[in-house]
This record gives sequence, C-alpha cells and structure tokens, in this order.
Amino acid sequence: MNRVVVTGLGCITPIGSTIDQFTTSLFTGTSGIGPLRPFPEAPSGDPLNPNLRFSRYAEVTDFDPTPFLTSGQIVSSDRSGQFAILAARQAVEHSGLMQAHSPESIAIITGCSTGGRGSEELETGRLYNQNARVHPLTVIRTMSSAGASYIATEHGITGPVLNISTACSSGTHAIGLAFQMVRAGMATAAIAGGHEAPLTLGFLRAWDSMRVVSPTQCRPFSADRDGMTLGEGSASLILESLESAQARNATIYAEIVGFGMSADAHHITQPKAEGAADAIRRALKDAGASLEEVGYINAHGTGTQVNDAVEATAIHQVFGDYAPHIPVSSTKALHGHSIGATGAIEALATVLALHHGQLPVNAGVTEIDPALKLDVILGSFRSATPQLAISNSLAFGGLNAVLALRSYVA
Amino acid sequence: MDDITTRCIAIIAKSKNMSPEAITPDSTFDQLGMDSLDKINVSFEVEDTFEIAIPDESMNSLRTVQDMVDGILRLQQQKTHNEALAEESK
Repeated sequence: MNRVVVTGLGCITPIGSTIDQFTTSLFTGTSGIGPLRPFPEAPSGDPLNPNLRFSRYAEVTDFDPTPFLTSGQIVSSDRSGQFAILAARQAVEHSGLMQAHSPESIAIITGCSTGGRGSEELETGRLYNQNARVHPLTVIRTMSSAGASYIATEHGITGPVLNISTACSSGTHAIGLAFQMVRAGMATAAIAGGHEAPLTLGFLRAWDSMRVVSPTQCRPFSADRDGMTLGEGSASLILESLESAQARNATIYAEIVGFGMSADAHHITQPKAEGAADAIRRALKDAGASLEEVGYINAHGTGTQVNDAVEATAIHQVFGDYAPHIPVSSTKALHGHSIGATGAIEALATVLALHHGQLPVNAGVTEIDPALKLDVILGSFRSATPQLAISNSLAFGGLNAVLALRSYVA
Repeated sequence: MDDITTRCIAIIAKSKNMSPEAITPDSTFDQLGMDSLDKINVSFEVEDTFEIAIPDESMNSLRTVQDMVDGILRLQQQKTHNEALAEESK
C-alpha cells in the first residue's frame, strides 16, 4: 500500500482564484459572501427583485474565462466546467506531476452534483417561454462529467477518469476515492476535487423554497444561526504516492491517511448523527489513528439549526469526553456552500491548515451555541500543529464522507 | 462588404473571441482555427440570424467565409422560392 501525499493545489473560489489569495482569505477570515447579482432573467421583470427570502450568496465575482480557455472550450462548456478546468490547471502546473507520471497511470475524479445548471436553465427557459431552438452544445455543457473530460483532454490523461455526484459530499467522495486508488496502486497519481456553478435563479429559488437558506448570512455553530449561504467554485488537489513525490523532490502539503464513507439510510434531508459518526469512525480506522490524535475538525457546518446540532452530536458520539477539546471550524461562512465543490474546497482548507500550522476561523458567530459543547475556533485563526485533521461532508440524502489527513514531516 | 458577409464575420469573431478585422471573406475555417464545435456553434447562430436551416452535410463542405456567405444566399433564395410556390398553390 502506497502512502498518499498532496503535492499540488488549485482553486477558483469566492475567496480567491489563486492558492495565494485563498490562503490569505482563509487565515484572515475574509468572507466571499456578498449581495446577489442582478437577475434580468427574473420573471418579476425587476432585476433587483428575484423574489427570494435571502439576499446574499458567495459568488466568484468577475469570472472571465476568455484569457485562459480556447473559444472551443468556452462555447462548449458551462461555468461549472470552466471552474474545473482552471482549478485543475493550477494544481497540475503547481505540482509539476506531468513530467513524472505517464498519462495512462494518472486518474481524474471530480465531484459535481448539478452539472451545467446555468446552461440548462438558460436553454430550457428559452424553450418553454419562447419556443426557442435549443443550442446544439447544450448536452455537452450540461453533463456533470464534462469537467473531468476537459481536464483529461487538456493534459492528455488517459487513465481512469470519472465524476461523482453525491450532492454536498461529491468533492469529498472524489478525493477519498482518488486517495484509495493511489494507495492501492491503481493509479500513480490523481487529480481530484470538485466544481459547481449553481447560482442560477431556478436553483436559488429551489433552495429558497426549502427554507434552509439564511435570510442574513451563514454562521455555523452560532446560537442564532438561521441557515446556509449558497456558493460556487472549484478546488483541485494533486495526489501521488509518497515515493514518487520524494523521488522528484516535490513539495508535500499534507498526507491523506484515511477515508470513511457511510449512508444514514434514514431520510432524504434530515441528517442522522449515527451515520455521520460511522463515517468519522471509518476514516479514523482507515487511518489507523487514535481519537486523541485528532487535533482539528473541518466541519460540514452548514449553519442550519439541524445540521450543526446533528454534526455536533456525531462528534460527541465518536470522541466522547475528548470531543470538547478538539478545535472545530466550518469554513462555509467564508466560501459559502458550493454543493458538489464544497468538500473539495474544505479539503483544500484542511491541507493548508496542516501545512501552515494555522486552523481557520469559524467566521460569523455572534454567540456560540452552548448546547453543542464544541471548541469552535472564534475570532481569528488558531496556531496549532495537529497530528491529524478530519474534513467532514454530510450530504442531503444521508451520504457521508470523511477524509483524514496528517501534517507531513519530512 | 455586403451585409451578409459583415454579419457572418461578426458571428465568427464572437464565437472565436477574435477581432472582426482579422477575418476576411477569403479566410478559411482552418486559418481561423475553427474546430467542429466552433462550426456547430457558428451554424446555429447563422441559422438564427438569417432564419434558414442549414443541411447537416453543408457545414463540412464549406472552406471559406465566402463559401458560407454564398451558401446563405442560396438557402435564402431557395426559401423565398419555396414560399412563393406555397403561396401560388393556395
């Protein structure tokens, strides 16, 4: 079994479209949440009034792919796929892996849940309202695996390439399965991550109808938390065996040591603590780690009353008396909840936390919820060098995925 | 340049993200770097703009911008002719 390390990073997020920008925002606690853009497509006819209960989201502002992508890539891809291409390109260039691995031995696993949502809404809206013709590239733009295909094409990678769609856990499942493939020797390296561009009027209205989006702003684990804040973006990690990373003297940002998956088998929206707890236990067992080694939890922490309470219960079920002593933060108050991408963005945050010895702040809290009995990181980042960190993703439908990572010390 | 040529060049320039000044009627699609996706996209825009239906096989037989302009003219004339015949048969 190979040891698996992270040797390249890339991102397009509301808090930075380079790793340097993302790192700065992460550790200064700078949020990317801002006001909604105008919606000229709103049926109300008023671009400033899309009839939503909420008025804020986390957008990748001023995103312009034209300097970076070919016209063929742009015309045939959705914003989501474009995020995927560009984050992966950063990670690949950052890592220098293409010189060290043969193209057929590299895997690509993306997490994307909603596909090309913007393209789909645009075309079907025109079709239903105006009986307009549907653009011939709509099929290509809307496939959720398009990002994976574009990454493979751009870098000439011919190994196993696939997309995983498990709602809000997609990115974490993608990285976890890529980790297992490299560990088992099925691939010598992998490009793994998640991408999503779901900030379309139809999707925002659908979330609005569920009444789980904050009318103010996401503040996970706060006593007065009132919901999640939607976001978009992508993150990409390069995974490879420790042996190959050392052989080419690559920078190692962290080591992935375990992965746990579970299903609640309970309810399509209501999370169940036992399911999340099982995923955490399986990740730690896979890592061969003791409970006391865990020095940081990057929580799913959506900011809804139910999620945060259930996740806290799961943490207490797993860690018992040790639970209140583990630093916890959700970084969603910074980058928003970007559905299939969010697990990858949070894995990136966890890697950077381990690499820099700084645990990101859980922003936005007005008063910590005392019932949760967690050591939530408030105010600013906390300097610490945890032996092991976990990153939780708990998706709608009860699909849970947890990564366990260690600081890498040469 | 006539109106059809100008509008064709504008469609190609938009699709290829390039300046219209860089495109002439003699420009070949190869020179313009148009791949199959670009051709699909341009043909869709051309159909919308000129209210014509381009037969499947036509796009691949075109070599230059002028070929495309000539094809549009033919399809427009054919459409006018067909409409006149339909009118007469009423």
